Amino acid sequence: MSDIAIIPARALPRKHLPRRGEDHRGFGLIIWLIALLASAPLLVALLSLFTDTGDIWAHLFEFVLPQALFNTLLLVAGVATITAVLGVSLAWFVATCEFPGRSFFGWALLLPMAMPGYVLGFALAAIFEYTGPLQTGWREMFGTALAFPGLGGAGASILTLSLVLYPYVFLITRQAFATQGVRGVEVAQSCGYSPMQGFRKVSLPLARPWIVAGVSLAIMECLADFGTVQLFNFTTFTTAIYRSWYGLFSLQSALQLSLVLVVLVMSALLLEKRFRGASRYTSNAMLNPHRLQPRRAGLISFYCSAVLFIAFVLPAGLILYWSVRTFSLEFDAHYWQLAANTLMLAGMAALLICSAALLLAFAVRNAPSRINRLLSRIATLGYAIPGTVLAIGFFVPVAALSRWVNATLLADSDKVLALQSGLSVILLAYMARYLAVAHGPLDSALLRISPNIEDAAHGMGVSGARLLANVHLPILRPAIVTAALLVFVDVMKELPITLMTRPFGWDTLAVRVFQLTTEGEWHRAALPAIAIVVAGLVPVLVLSRRNN
Amino acid sequence: MRKIRSARITGSSLLVVISTLSACGGETPPGSAAVPAAPVPVVVYSARAEQLIKPIFDAYTAETGVEIQYTTDSEQPLIQKLLAEGQTTQADLLLTVDAGNLWYAAEQGVLRPVRSDTLEKNIPANLQDPENQWFAMSVRARTIVYDTRTVDPTELSGYAGLADPKWKGKLCLRTSAKVYNQSLVATLIAELGEQRTEEIVRGWVANLATDVFPNDTKLIEAIEAGQCQVGIVNTYYFGRLQKENPAIPVKLFWPAAATGGVHVNISGAGVTRHADNADGAIALLEWMSEPTAQRMLGGDNMEYPANPAVAADPMVVAWGEYSPSPLNVAAAGEFQADAVRLMDRAGYR
Repeated sequence: MSDIAIIPARALPRKHLPRRGEDHRGFGLIIWLIALLASAPLLVALLSLFTDTGDIWAHLFEFVLPQALFNTLLLVAGVATITAVLGVSLAWFVATCEFPGRSFFGWALLLPMAMPGYVLGFALAAIFEYTGPLQTGWREMFGTALAFPGLGGAGASILTLSLVLYPYVFLITRQAFATQGVRGVEVAQSCGYSPMQGFRKVSLPLARPWIVAGVSLAIMECLADFGTVQLFNFTTFTTAIYRSWYGLFSLQSALQLSLVLVVLVMSALLLEKRFRGASRYTSNAMLNPHRLQPRRAGLISFYCSAVLFIAFVLPAGLILYWSVRTFSLEFDAHYWQLAANTLMLAGMAALLICSAALLLAFAVRNAPSRINRLLSRIATLGYAIPGTVLAIGFFVPVAALSRWVNATLLADSDKVLALQSGLSVILLAYMARYLAVAHGPLDSALLRISPNIEDAAHGMGVSGARLLANVHLPILRPAIVTAALLVFVDVMKELPITLMTRPFGWDTLAVRVFQLTTEGEWHRAALPAIAIVVAGLVPVLVLSRRNN
Repeated sequence: MRKIRSARITGSSLLVVISTLSACGGETPPGSAAVPAAPVPVVVYSARAEQLIKPIFDAYTAETGVEIQYTTDSEQPLIQKLLAEGQTTQADLLLTVDAGNLWYAAEQGVLRPVRSDTLEKNIPANLQDPENQWFAMSVRARTIVYDTRTVDPTELSGYAGLADPKWKGKLCLRTSAKVYNQSLVATLIAELGEQRTEEIVRGWVANLATDVFPNDTKLIEAIEAGQCQVGIVNTYYFGRLQKENPAIPVKLFWPAAATGGVHVNISGAGVTRHADNADGAIALLEWMSEPTAQRMLGGDNMEYPANPAVAADPMVVAWGEYSPSPLNVAAAGEFQADAVRLMDRAGYR
C-alpha cells in the first residue's frame, strides 16, 4: 500500500521539458568540469592500478582483509541502523509534532555534529573505560569478579560514530517531513490509518530519498573514518589502508584499497537507485505540526533530551571541564587567529561547494543523460575515501601541474611559483571531499520541484540561469541552508586536507586539536575542540533562526 | 631568491576555478643591496607537533634573526608531499619522529647528504644516517614498565622475556599500528632474525591481559589500575604521568646489554633535496645539535638529548643509566615492512 502517494513516473506523460539543444551542451560542460575537479583523487587512485605492489595484496588477503571487511560491514550496518532510527524519529517529532522544547531541539540536536568523532570518542571512553570513573566505581562495589558490561571496539566505534553522524540524517530528513505536504497525511487518515500507521505507510516512503541521502552520507563518512576506529583499535578497511601506507610504506596499495571502498559505495548507491525506481516526490500544501496529548508530548521531550544528553551534554561537559582546567596553559592570543581561519575556510568552502553542488544537480536535471548522471555520481564519491588518501590524491595532480608550469612556462625565470600552496587548492580539495555532503540534500530537494513549474516558467520564456535564480533558488532555500550548514561544520573539523594543503599561517582549530592529540595531550586538546563547537554554534543558530 | 608566492582566489562565487597569482615575490631583487638583506627564512615541514617545536624555533629566531616558517602534518603525508612537489617545494628541512620514517624519506630521495663537522661531532654515529641524510635530534627509549605492587623486577629481563608464559594475562601492549612498536619489532628482527622474533611476538600476544591500547598513556594508567602488570612504553609518557603523580606505583625497567639493551628511537631531521635555502637549513640543524637547543629538545618532552654531552632533565636522569641497543636506528626503517607483516601473521593487532 505504500505507493499510494507515489505516482509512478510511467503513469505521467513522459515528455515534460520542451526545451533541449543549446544550453544542453552548456550543462554537459558544467558537469564534466565539476566531475573532473572533484574526482581528481579517484583518477590518481585508478592510476595506482598500473603499479605493481608485489605480494602486499596476498598478505593483506590472508591476514588483514577478512577481519577488516567483516568489521567494516558491521560498522556500516550498525551506524546506518542507529543513525536512521535516531535521525528519522527525531526529525519526525521535530518537524510534525508540537511538544515542549521543540524549537530548542530543532537546533540543539545538531550540536554533536560539530564535534570531531575522535574527540567525542575520547570523552566517552574516559567515562566508560576500565580506568574511567564508572568502571572504577563498579570494581569498588563488586570487585573484579563481575565484569563490567563493556562495549568493546565494535560497539564503541558504532556508538560514537552514530552519535556524531545522526544529525546528518536528522537535518536532511526533517526537510523532507517539513515539506512533504499535508496531502499524504490526509490520504492516510482517509484510509483509516492511525498516526503511527500513517507515518509508516505514507510519510516514511515519501521521505525515502531524503533518508537515503542522509544515511548515505553517514555511511560514507564512517567508511572514511580513521580517527575514531583507531582510538578504539577497531580494525576496519580504513585502518588496513593506513597500515599499508604507513606501516608497509606502500601508498600505491593504499590507493588501490581505497578504490575498493569506492566501488562498494558506488554499487550500494546504484542498487538503491534501482530499487527506488522512477518515482516522483513533488510537494504540495505545507504541513502544520500537530498537537499531542500532554503525556505523549512529554515522552517525546524526554526522548530528545536523552539523545542530546548522551550525544552532547555529557561528553561536551567533560570536554568543557578539561578545557577549563588547561585553559591557562593552552589559551593564547593565537586562538583568535585559529578561530578566524576556521570560520573563513569553512565559510568559503560552504559557498564554493554548495554552488558547485547546486550547479551539478541542476545541470543533471536538465540534461539527464546516462553519462551525465554517472558523472555526477562519480563526482560525489570522494566522501567515502579516507581523508589522508584523498588529500594526497588531490595534491599529486596539483603538484604535478605546478611542476609542469615551472618547468615550461617559467623555465626562464629564476623564481619558483608554488601553485600547490594557494588558497584555491585547499578549497578545491575540500570540494573533492565534500561535494556529496552538499549534493545530497540539494539533489533530493530538486525532486520537490514539479516539472510543471518549470514548464510554466518556460512558457513564459524563463530558462537557464534566470530559471535557477527566480524559480529554483527560492524553493530550494531550506535545502541550500541545510547543505551549507553540513559543509560548514564538516570543513570546520576537517583534518587531513587542511594539514596537507593549507597555506602557511592558515592553521585551524582542528589542526590545533591534532597537534595536541598526536602527542597524547588529550586534556589540552579539549580547548580547541570546544572552540570548534562554539564556532560551529554561530552558523547553526543563524541558519536555524532564518529557517524558522 | 625564490620564495612563497601567494595564490589568491578571485572569480565568481559560483566556481572558483581560476586562481590568479599575485605578483611573484615581494622581496628585494638581488643586486639592490644598499641595506643588508634580511636573512632568508628557513621553511620546515614538521611531523613534530607545534607545541614541541615552536619554543625551539622561537629561540633560534631570537638568537639569529632568521625566521622559520613551518607547517605540520603526519610523517607519511609530509614525505609524499615532498615527493609530489619535487623542485617546486618550499621546504628546506624535514623534521620528523621515528627513524623508520627518516630512513624511508632518504630511501625515497627527498633528502640530501649533509657534510657538517658540527653534526658529526655532536650526534653519535648510530643516531645518524650512514649517508648523512638525516640526524637524530632527540632520543626516546622504549622500555618495559611494571607494577611495583605486584612485580619483582628481578623477574624481568628483556623484551623477549615478556613472551614467557609466566606473564600470561599480565602483559599490556599498545597497538601494532603505532610506528614505535613497528620499529621495536623491526630492530628485534635485525638483531634476532625473523623466526625468533615471530616466536617472541606470538608469545606477547598469548600473554596479553586485554586488547591492545591506542596509546602509551592509557597503557600505563591500566597498569596503575591493576588491569595488567607489565608493558612496553616510551619513557616520556611515563615521565608525564610521574610528574602529575610522583607516587605512581609504576616503574621503568631497563633491559640489560646482555639481552640486547634498550630499544631506542629518535626524532630527527634532514635537509630536503630541493631546498632553496640549504645553508639556512644546515645552520638550523647544527644549532639544534648544540647544548642550548638540545636541552630544550630533551627537556621539554622529557626525552634524551641526542648530543651525549648534554644531560637530560633531572627527573629523566633519576630513572637511571641504561645501555641502548648498539644497532643503528636505521634498522627500524629497513625492517619495518617485514615487522608489520610479522605482527599481522602473529595476530598482534
